Parts: sequence; structure tokens; C-alpha cells
Amino acid sequence: MTDDTPRTSVRMTVNGEDVETTFGTHKTLLEVLREELGLTGTKHGCELGECGACAVEVDGKPILSCLLMAAECDGAKVETVEGLMDDARLHPLQEAFADLGAAQCGYCTPGFLMTAKSLLDANPKATRAEVKEALSGCLCRCTGYQQIFDAVLSAADKMGRA
Amino acid sequence: MMHAFEYAAPKSLDEALKLLGSAWGDTEILAGGTDLLSLMKDFVVQPKRLVNLADVGLAGIAPEGDSLVIGAMTTLDALLAHASVPTALTQAAAGVHSPQLRSMGTIGGDLLQRPRCWYFRRGHGLLAQKDGASMVEAGDHRDHAVFGNGGAAKYVNPSSFAPALIALGASVKVRGQNGERSLAVKDLYRTPASATEREFTIASNEIVTHVVVPISRSSNATYEIRQRHGLDWPEASASVAVTVVDDKVTAASACLGHVAPVPWTVDVSSLVGSVLTAESAAAVAAEVVADATPLTMNGHKVELAKVALTRALLRAAGKEVVR
Ligand SMILES: Cc1cc2nc3c(=O)[nH]c(=O)nc-3n(C[C@H](O)[C@H](O)[C@H](O)COP(=O)(O)OP(=O)(O)OC[C@H]3O[C@@H](n4cnc5c(N)ncnc54)[C@H](O)[C@@H]3O)c2cc1C
Ligand code: FES
Ligand code: FES
Repeated sequence: MTDDTPRTSVRMTVNGEDVETTFGTHKTLLEVLREELGLTGTKHGCELGECGACAVEVDGKPILSCLLMAAECDGAKVETVEGLMDDARLHPLQEAFADLGAAQCGYCTPGFLMTAKSLLDANPKATRAEVKEALSGCLCRCTGYQQIFDAVLSAADKMGRA
Repeated sequence: MMHAFEYAAPKSLDEALKLLGSAWGDTEILAGGTDLLSLMKDFVVQPKRLVNLADVGLAGIAPEGDSLVIGAMTTLDALLAHASVPTALTQAAAGVHSPQLRSMGTIGGDLLQRPRCWYFRRGHGLLAQKDGASMVEAGDHRDHAVFGNGGAAKYVNPSSFAPALIALGASVKVRGQNGERSLAVKDLYRTPASATEREFTIASNEIVTHVVVPISRSSNATYEIRQRHGLDWPEASASVAVTVVDDKVTAASACLGHVAPVPWTVDVSSLVGSVLTAESAAAVAAEVVADATPLTMNGHKVELAKVALTRALLRAAGKEVVR
């Protein structure tokens, strides 16, 4: 990269905190989260929209951070897996994933957690079929998915009773 | 990681038009980015400037006279949430799996996404020629075209929306430096004769602004056949619109997707005048695929196209057998 590489500054709210950051204009939100903001929970997978490892929320919507230009995020509200915990308490989804063996190597887990969070925020009573549909863009090479579906349903149940 | 480029977020359509170059490749239009960013990461396109349409006011759905006018930047989610969008189109949108793709992707981007042909995506060009021969024919072409493949182009048009919009008789509004024109969705596509051409009839400095869908009382439907549920394009799809009066078909149109370099409009007029039944649907579908010209590895797509068309017709007629 040369000195005349175009650069962009944006202000965003990331996990409730206001941040201002400057980066090469060609960077994706995924690259800015990881490389500029040190938020490495969001993972680099395929980089092509085909695995869901990079899933985050922008303005309350589920998005793939590998396919979003960071330059587009000025003024945006971004939620990443680092923001799931409430103070020191795990999110019910995180708890259920740990308890039910929904994470093995864990590489896909942040993407699944964020995608499941978007689903349950919109549809707290999601059925197994709806959970499967919502997670259809997330790949896991370890678990075989059933534990993941179980964990999301168990968390939904817990959140409904809380 | 993409090459560096200049990024522009114009606030009006006029401003956006001024930022677009007159040769393909210098500038690219950014909508939801779900296709464009992967093309850039694979260095298939390497624009010097990206022009984002997010702020030019092209999102939204509104009735206008006898039509539904859908802004090009309307997302798949917004289409799915709108009650007046015809079934053939919502069924196509629902087929694009993963909530993220549906919240990011737009109708304009869906229509103008580039082919998934793996030779194209790996930098061998749209026509994938090497020493004057087709790499597709010599190589793995299980997902390639089974219609309209007699020339150099063997890829399939990837849009799930185009067949639905064509069956519905929709058009697009296109804005350029010299004003606006209207184009049937079918006429948005062409088969390029050389690798320097694109597969669209619009110029690099034109913007598709709206999709205009006639509000009709036809029964319409889309039926897709996919190898896997998520993260993939259909192997074949069919969209149809059928008008039935007193139990008899009075008009019928159909278009196949993912089987030819362009959305493949087919003639199903032999249905007119009779009752649509499982037998007549299967018969017209068999007639349609009799013209197919599969390559050595993709004969299965002919059968899939036939099944998709039969089932789309039955679905539109409310006679689908749900398995
Ligand atoms: C894993 C995966 C699965 C997919 N499955 C399907 C599927 O099953 N069916 C399907 O149809 N699609 C599928 N898609 C493709 C597709 O990316 C989306 O459907 C989406 O709608 C594209 O819209 P976009 O706004 O993101 O386009 P972008 O990526 O922003 O744009 C795509 C192209 O269109 C051009 N463009 C965009 N808007 C305009 C405009 N208004 N005027 C002129 N040019 C414009 C851009 O310059 C670019 O070349 C899939 C994508 C992925 C990654
Ligand atoms: S890294 Fe974004 S979808 Fe795979
Ligand atoms: S736990 Fe290893 S990829 Fe999902």
C-alpha cells in the first residue's frame, strides 16, 4: 500500500461505545473491527458471503461484515460478539452453547451467536425449523449442527422464562 | 483484501451519474455489495472508483397506476415484508438463504449480479476461452447452461429474480446522462459476443433506478430446485404467471432460471384454452425441454428444469402436490 491510498474516517457506536477510526477506504467492516479496533471475536472465514463467520449486527440488522465497506458505516450502530455479555454475565446463548456442546473448535461460534441473537430478538419463540432457516448461512465444520440448534432453542426457552 | 480504490457516496442520482465512467471496469456501482465485494476480492473487477447508491433515494415500494414500482435499492427483506409484491417474486426472494443476504442484498443488485461460473470467478473471463477453445466444455461444467449454449457463452444467468419478473411482464427504468428509458426485464440481458462485453444491455454509466411490475390478477409462482438449502444458487428454477377464467387457462407465461446465459423465456401457450392439470403441465414442460442442448456433464439440469416448470405451473394453479 502506498501513501496516497485513499483513507476514510467514520464515527460509529460499537457495542455501545462511541468510536472514531481512520482506515484505508477499501477496508471492509470486518477488517476495521479486527485490525483497527482490536475486536478479533468476529472471524475471517470465506470472505465471500458463504460461511457466516463474520456475522455482526448493524443498526439492528444481521449483516456479513466481510461484504460491507467500513466506509458505509459512518453513524452506524454495530454490535459484535464482544458486546453479547451483560457486564460479567454471559448471554443465555453463550451459556447454552457452552453447556450443550454447541462449540467445538469455536471458529464458527461468534457468527452463530450473532445470527441466533438477531433471530431471537426478532422472533423470541422461533421454532426449530425457523432456527435452522435463520442459521442456514452459517457453516460449522465440527459439530454437525444439531447441538447448535438445541442450544439456540434452549436459550430461547430460558430467555422467554426470564 | 481488495485493491485500493476511491469511494463515493453521492446524495443524488444526478451526482451518481456524473461519477460513473463511460467504460466498463473503471467504476462500479455499489448496492448491497453481496456480489460486488466478492468480485473485487477475487480481482475479477478492479474499479478505480466505487459509487454507492445507498443515499440517492432508490429504496421503497409504491403502487403507481396499474403497477407496483420497486426502487432498485429495495432489499430482499423489504420485498418479503410488503403485502403487494407478487408471489412469484417473494418466492424467489425467500429462496436466497441466510438472513444476512436478505437484509443486505437489493433487487437491482440481484438483477445485475455477475455469473457464478467458476472459470469467470477465477479470472478466465466471461467466455472462459483458452487458445480459442472453451475451458467450460473441456472442464467441469456440471452447473453450466443447457439452453442457449451454442455460442461461446456457457455460464448461466445467476439471478433468481429475473425469471419471476419476466414471467410477470415487468420492466426496469434506466437512467443515464441523457435521461430515462424503460426496458423490459428480458431486454436487460444479452449474450456477449466477446470477452470485453458485459452480459447486460445497459452501459457502465447507466443506473437501473426502478423495477416496474404490472399488477395483474394472474396466479403466479416460482419453483426452485437446489442442491443444498443455504449458501447456493438453484440448479434450475421456473417462474410462471397463469390467468384462469372459468377454470380454463386464458394466458400463460413462463421463464426458466439458472439454465442459460440469459433468463430463458419459454413458450407455454399450448396451455391456453384448457384446464391446467398435472398432465398438461408435465406435457408442456416436456415440450419445452425437448429443445435443450446439454453438455456432457449437465444432462440432469434438463430434467430439473422440466420438473421445476411442471411444479411452478401446478403451484400457480393451486394444485401443487406437497411432498
Ligand atoms: C452465498 C450466496 C448465495 C446467494 N444465493 C442467491 C440465490 O439463490 N439467488 C440469487 O438470485 N442471488 C443469490 N445471491 C446473489 C446476490 O448477491 C443477491 O441476491 C443480491 O440481491 C445482490 O444484490 P446486492 O445489492 O448485494 O448487489 P451488489 O453486489 O451491490 O451488486 C451486484 C452487481 O450489480 C450492479 N448493480 C447493483 N445495483 C445496480 C443498479 N441499481 N444499477 C446498475 N447496476 C447495479 C453492481 O455494480 C454489481 O456489479 C447469493 C449471494 C451469496 C453470497
Ligand atoms: S467471512 Fe463473511 S461470510 Fe464468510
Ligand atoms: S465448532 Fe468448529 S467450525 Fe463450528
